[in-house]
Amino acid sequence: MSDDLRDLYQEVILDHGRHPRNRRMIEDANHFAHGENPLCGDQLTVFLKVGPDGVIKDVSFEGRGCAISTASASLMTEVIVGKTEAEAQKLFEDFHAMATGGEAHSGDEFEDEIDRLTVLAGVRDYPVRVKCATLAWHTLAAAIKDEQKVTTE
Amino acid sequence: MIITRTEADTVAGIESARADFPILSRPVRGRPLVYLDSGASAQKPQVVIDAESTVYSTQYANIHRGLYYLSERATEAYEAARRTVQRFLNAKHAHEIIFTRNTTEAINLVAASYGRKFLEPGDEIVLTGFEHHSNIVPWQLLREERGVVIKVAPVSDNGEVPLEAITGLFGPRTRLVSVAHMSNVLGTILPVAEIVRAAHAVGARVLVDGAQAVSHLPVDVQALDVDFYAFSGHKIYGPSGIGALYGREDLLNAMPPYQGGGDMIATVRFEKSTWAPLPHKFEAGPPAIAQGPALAAALDYVSGIGMARIARHEADLLEYATRQLSAVEGVHIVGTAPEKGAVISFVIDDVHPHDIAQILDNAGVAIRAGHHCAQPLMQRFDLPATARASFGLYNNRADVDALVAAVRKVKEMFGA
Ligand SMILES: Cc1ncc(COP(=O)(O)O)c(C=O)c1O
Repeated sequence: MSDDLRDLYQEVILDHGRHPRNRRMIEDANHFAHGENPLCGDQLTVFLKVGPDGVIKDVSFEGRGCAISTASASLMTEVIVGKTEAEAQKLFEDFHAMATGGEAHSGDEFEDEIDRLTVLAGVRDYPVRVKCATLAWHTLAAAIKDEQKVTTE
Repeated sequence: MIITRTEADTVAGIESARADFPILSRPVRGRPLVYLDSGASAQKPQVVIDAESTVYSTQYANIHRGLYYLSERATEAYEAARRTVQRFLNAKHAHEIIFTRNTTEAINLVAASYGRKFLEPGDEIVLTGFEHHSNIVPWQLLREERGVVIKVAPVSDNGEVPLEAITGLFGPRTRLVSVAHMSNVLGTILPVAEIVRAAHAVGARVLVDGAQAVSHLPVDVQALDVDFYAFSGHKIYGPSGIGALYGREDLLNAMPPYQGGGDMIATVRFEKSTWAPLPHKFEAGPPAIAQGPALAAALDYVSGIGMARIARHEADLLEYATRQLSAVEGVHIVGTAPEKGAVISFVIDDVHPHDIAQILDNAGVAIRAGHHCAQPLMQRFDLPATARASFGLYNNRADVDALVAAVRKVKEMFGA
């Protein structure tokens, strides 16, 4: 395998792609949204259980996609559980900036979380794959806003 | 770069054709290009590139308008291209060939012009379950406007649509059958002549979407007795931006214009205008002036090799590729109809087609992954997408070997 391919498909991605965490339904979710990437037909649903204090108590996803989109959804659920909705929104913006080659805005606030997500930064060199990596996050943002449908087009 | 082959691997005379395509000697990601996406768009031989460039460098002007030398030359070249398409499809008359932008526009032309004029609410249009979106959506637009009914012949598990699945839908309201000659996903080739015979017997017209078929097999619209036949230049080694619709003279004459503008009129008065005769009635506005002669060059090129010989060469490749890919554990071919053109859709257990295509790209192997503009078909097989290798006259067994080697690498990487 060549180096640029290894940048894209890092071991963590292959692992999360094969064994996604939190791929399940949350029966008593109080937010959810359905996301779709019309280009490849990938579909994904994000479920959220948010407490009265605005803290995300549980987050999960369902759906099947490529290794990149599955790994991204899986990693997302790991980093946003325990965050408030506002923090999750900020993380989304940071992640989006990273995936599209920009700079994170929130400084050091989420250093650990962003560190965990940098395995996905390789997509910035593959324009068509950026949407794979950001689908789960767009869907999360829609779920928070109670927009039940989102597409990455 | 010419990849070496053994004599036995090739149909005589076709092996040198690869050298006619300059792009195939271009390295991609540091490796020789293995181009297996001709079903999406085919590469161009030098004669096509030269033909387009010659128009610009020696005889370019607007056509059908100027009363001067260059315009006459450009017009003549464009009309000569129409005669080349006529010969290629064996149409009876050159004016039965309408130039369009592509297959998509040709189908939309029939839906908008023939459909609006001749189809009534409740009239039925028969499609198959493997149609490309361009042979689905125009009919849905017509359904919204005219209340026509769309019936869909189901696809069997191996990717066939048996004749009876189509004729079984025929009834007193069947007015039009619109089907792909060859599926761009499954490769399935339909028995068009039989479909036409059955359709005509119930008084229905037949439009055939030849986008895939024309580059893989000989097509004779009179022998098939089709009413309409559509194809695109870019999939048959010709330029993008030009395609053609064949329509039977009597039908085209009875149909209203598709778009209005210059070139398609006889006289224009504010009270009433009259239309130009065929084919110009359907060609409003300036056409793809330089692409006409380039399309003719492409058709002359494949005719020079011989469509039957191309078909034999590709049948050999398809057989070889099917055998090699099937031998890889976990690989499943989608579409195994006995009558099949050189397209292989496949999936690999536990690996998404996008990841397959990405890793193949890294090995210099260009294939397509996705729904191939056939979402209803993906649903039918309960797949989000497939990977698809599609072959052209320039491909050879070495390309197949590169494909299979890269597929093995995918499996290795994903532990599939
Ligand atoms: C079977 C089939 N029909 C129609 C089309 C549409 O052709 P175009 O995109 O050139 O208009 C395609 C293109 O992929 C096709 O494969």
